[in-house]
Amino acid sequence: MATETGPVAAPGKGGDGDASKIIRFEKVVKRFGDNVVLRELDFDVSPGERVALIGPSGSGKTTILRLLMTLEKLNGGVIWVSGDPLSHMRKGDQLVTADEKHLRQVRQTIGMVFQQFNLFPNMNVLRNVTEAPIHVKGVARDEAETKARDLLNLVDLGDKYDAHPSQLSGGQQQRVAIARALAMEPKILLLDEVTSALDPELVAGVLDVLREIANTTDITMLFVTHEMRFARDVSHRVLMFDQGQIVESGPPDQIFSNPQEQRTRDFLHAIIEER
Amino acid sequence: MQWDWNYAADIMPRLLDGLVVTVSATLVGYLIAVVLGLAIALLRRSDNRAVSGTVRWIMEFIRSTPLLVQLFFIFFVLPSFGVVLSAFTAGVIGLGLHYAAYTSEVYRAGIEAVPKGQWEAATALSLSPGRTWFGVVLPQAVPKVIPALGNYLIAMFKDSPMLFGITVVEMLGAAYQIGAETFRYLEPMTIVGVLFVVVSIPASILFRYLERRYGH
Repeated sequence: MATETGPVAAPGKGGDGDASKIIRFEKVVKRFGDNVVLRELDFDVSPGERVALIGPSGSGKTTILRLLMTLEKLNGGVIWVSGDPLSHMRKGDQLVTADEKHLRQVRQTIGMVFQQFNLFPNMNVLRNVTEAPIHVKGVARDEAETKARDLLNLVDLGDKYDAHPSQLSGGQQQRVAIARALAMEPKILLLDEVTSALDPELVAGVLDVLREIANTTDITMLFVTHEMRFARDVSHRVLMFDQGQIVESGPPDQIFSNPQEQRTRDFLHAIIEER
Repeated sequence: MQWDWNYAADIMPRLLDGLVVTVSATLVGYLIAVVLGLAIALLRRSDNRAVSGTVRWIMEFIRSTPLLVQLFFIFFVLPSFGVVLSAFTAGVIGLGLHYAAYTSEVYRAGIEAVPKGQWEAATALSLSPGRTWFGVVLPQAVPKVIPALGNYLIAMFKDSPMLFGITVVEMLGAAYQIGAETFRYLEPMTIVGVLFVVVSIPASILFRYLERRYGH
């Protein structure tokens, strides 16, 4: 099993052809009971690339993020991150299923923001952000707090260090969650429908923060979203999923203005109708 | 039979000595129950089936046998295997072990009530299992179960007279001995009842306060 890139070349910013891929799915299979969510899925992502995953619910988009975050175990295939196996570990020249220790090590380069924020309610905002740098990376408290304050300023919550999550609006909580994920300096940021649980008037604030991060960093982003406008503005590439497979892949202009596949057209129509 | 205040005052010191034994046995036993119960709750979630299964059956066994039988076993049977304990030590171990079986269930319910998203966020941040438990999960689980844990403290306090069965002269034991010596049971038994109330009620008020304070 080599780590060279597959036949699917990634267009967009990071699209320097065959440069090492930061993420690579190789014939990945995921089942929940009898329900096959991903069937031999192949795709890859270049460093710095921002990829939007769209498609009807149940099409496996969120599962892709959860597999990358090691929250789920795959049933077949291999996931590679920066040329190293994520789901597996090397044993001699064999690949065996990763154990918990391997997972703990490899997942450090990946951060995730959840639909339901999942802030720790027993900690104030600042501690939510400093918890992992201090206890996982061993960063000194002072240093971690300085950095956390910078990140909280970035997400426009400079006055909320001492607040507890329950005192914040959903939009504010989600922005703390973004700062918390960034505090670990991940190479890859996974965003799982991060605005779906928010009241409509709070969505813009969160998306603005993400736009800012996209414009000012070269972090690789994978996001599952129903915000088509956001996907169009921020992504380098859009992957349209249906039933665990990629139906169509291309730059956002192409996918949104001139989709080639009937299923993509149907999906986009349905989304627009809904609004 | 008439209530005799002078007699009541005479026997009071002995009953209060008994109360000290009762309260200390309850507190030490409770400490064991609270700490051991948590350890058991964590072991029961072990990925190792042998560990979680064994612990589960031991707890099932403890809950299915009476406290008095367990106390007799620890105090009267263990010496035949070379384990000789003082009556008080045997008593607090018995109380602690017995109630640990119940407090572990309380902790378990509290732990299960912590949303799955909290575990996932801890994983996504690469927190170690130890940090996930002690930094994230338990600080959320334990405050919610403080009232239930408090009920077991009071229940244990009321079960402490069983220690008299293994010769610990706690409050009820003292009252019984006084009665046996003087043939007057009215005052000692009445005072014992009152003292139980006097201690139990402030304890439950304290736990209600803790519940308001920590259990959001």
